[in-house]
Amino acid sequence: MTDAVSTATRPGWPATSDMVRRLPEYLMIWVPLLLSAAHLISFSIWTIWISFTPSTLVPVTGWVGLRNYNSVLASRNWQIAFDNLLLFGIAFVLLSLITGLVLAILLDQRIRGENVLRTIFLYPLAVSFVVTGTVWSWLLNPGIGIEKLVHDLGWSSFHFDWLVNRDMAIWTIVIAAIWQSSGFAMALFLAGLRSVDTDIIRAAQIDGAGPIRTYWRVILPTLWPITITVVVVQLQFAISAFDLVRALTNGGPGIATQLPALVVYDLMFQRSQLGRGAAAAVLMLLILLAVLLPYAAWRYVQRRQAAHA
Amino acid sequence: MRDRSFAPSRILIYLVVTLFAAAYLAPLVVVVLNSVRTNEEIAQGSMIGWPQHMAWRNYLTAWSGFCIAETCAGIRPYMLNSALITIPATIFSTLLGAVAGYAVSLWRFRGDNWIYGIVTLGLFLPQQMRLLPWTIVLRDIGLINTLWGLVLIHTIQGLSFTVLFCRNYYIAIPHELIRTARIDGAGFFRIFWRIILPLSSPILIVTVIWQFTHIWNEFLYGVTFTTGQQQPVTAALIALSAAVADIPQHGVQSAAVIIAALPTLLIYLFGGRYFVRGLTAGAVK
Repeated sequence: MTDAVSTATRPGWPATSDMVRRLPEYLMIWVPLLLSAAHLISFSIWTIWISFTPSTLVPVTGWVGLRNYNSVLASRNWQIAFDNLLLFGIAFVLLSLITGLVLAILLDQRIRGENVLRTIFLYPLAVSFVVTGTVWSWLLNPGIGIEKLVHDLGWSSFHFDWLVNRDMAIWTIVIAAIWQSSGFAMALFLAGLRSVDTDIIRAAQIDGAGPIRTYWRVILPTLWPITITVVVVQLQFAISAFDLVRALTNGGPGIATQLPALVVYDLMFQRSQLGRGAAAAVLMLLILLAVLLPYAAWRYVQRRQAAHA
Repeated sequence: MRDRSFAPSRILIYLVVTLFAAAYLAPLVVVVLNSVRTNEEIAQGSMIGWPQHMAWRNYLTAWSGFCIAETCAGIRPYMLNSALITIPATIFSTLLGAVAGYAVSLWRFRGDNWIYGIVTLGLFLPQQMRLLPWTIVLRDIGLINTLWGLVLIHTIQGLSFTVLFCRNYYIAIPHELIRTARIDGAGFFRIFWRIILPLSSPILIVTVIWQFTHIWNEFLYGVTFTTGQQQPVTAALIALSAAVADIPQHGVQSAAVIIAALPTLLIYLFGGRYFVRGLTAGAVK
């Protein structure tokens, strides 16, 4: 590390006095970076290692092979959580993509008050998932929320009890998540729409394409890279969703809205099953990698193509 | 465009946009209205309604009155906790991230790309992979159930974002600038103070807003590593919901939600441009 900072003017090893003089800069450069990198690597390895040990209340050494993984995968808790994640992940990502795209296209029509509208569609991103979850738990609660309001207005047969309905409860999380983060998709799509080459649009119009056709055939295809980025970012959120569910349904009714992050927390801190909790965390990481690795590969190919072009 | 502004399609666009805007605003409006309705009024009707008489007392109760477990101090101590966690962690992670971002983008040193690559992996590693190790580290250094423990976590983890933001910004600064200064004998810190920092305000604002919002809104670490009087406000809101589950106090709870959400909402309202820039910068990693 002695020649970590080698300069063009002073090749080779710096003198000792130089080293001492430069100690503060070495410290400022290396300490934060090394702490950050070291914690990422050592924490990951440590959690992976714990997932192969018989640890329960406290971490212990020992090797149980895949026993923790088998027991997590066989548990009803995890199976429900995984099914929920599939449904929630797909529904939330698709619907927030569509919502975000529709909003972006509408805002792109040179309408008045665009700034105000953009502020409105994006403000939910500034509040915490805890606040979002709490507020939606009130609105969707049939006893005090929308259902009660409609009953009070005189439509007494109106039914909207998803929050307490085992089959539908997961959709309340989809609704709240879309409300919170479709603005993100809108912001990225709008930036994409604004960067479309106006010559292409004009050429399409000269060819006689109407506005809808122009969008469908000319403008939207340019948004593919943005769409993929949005999907990956939103999936990343869906896979690790915790706060929102904790505040909105707390996994209920029963365990109907269980998600992997809640299973991890439950195993680690409520049931004191550290080994299994770690295994569930590693499984979460694997799910995430199943999304991120293809994305990284795609980004790599894109960059190579851009470099060759 | 003027002749087209009353065309049916334009009216439809405005109609749809207005409906969307109403849907996005509705939860906020409902909570604001509820925060000045009495608990009895809400209990008789629903959460959605116009206040009959302004119950400003809700805010007083929310701020310093309601009880969680045995403690009846309102939301104030938890707001203070969140501030004492968020402000130092934001400052530390931003400053360290700026220096490190400058080092890896302009100063360059052996292994810089490697360490930068590893640090940015932190954007993707789920918190769940770090929960147990942090528990043990915090216990060993005596910071479990302290605000400084959370400051430490958010500083170290925040570096992944701040280094990325700053590095991507500094990389656009011409290297000639640095080379000339180095030939003139300026060192690492002098170049940082004299050349880099004066150019940095846009990225520092983005980074500060991003870090503040994230740390203020964070819940999982707060609820895992602190209990009772040490908890940040997000954890306190959940504890409040649990504490009043039998006799809901929706008016007071709404006021508490507004107070807890206010700091980040205000930052968003006044720094929205930078907030969005951070959002997109974080996405296009």
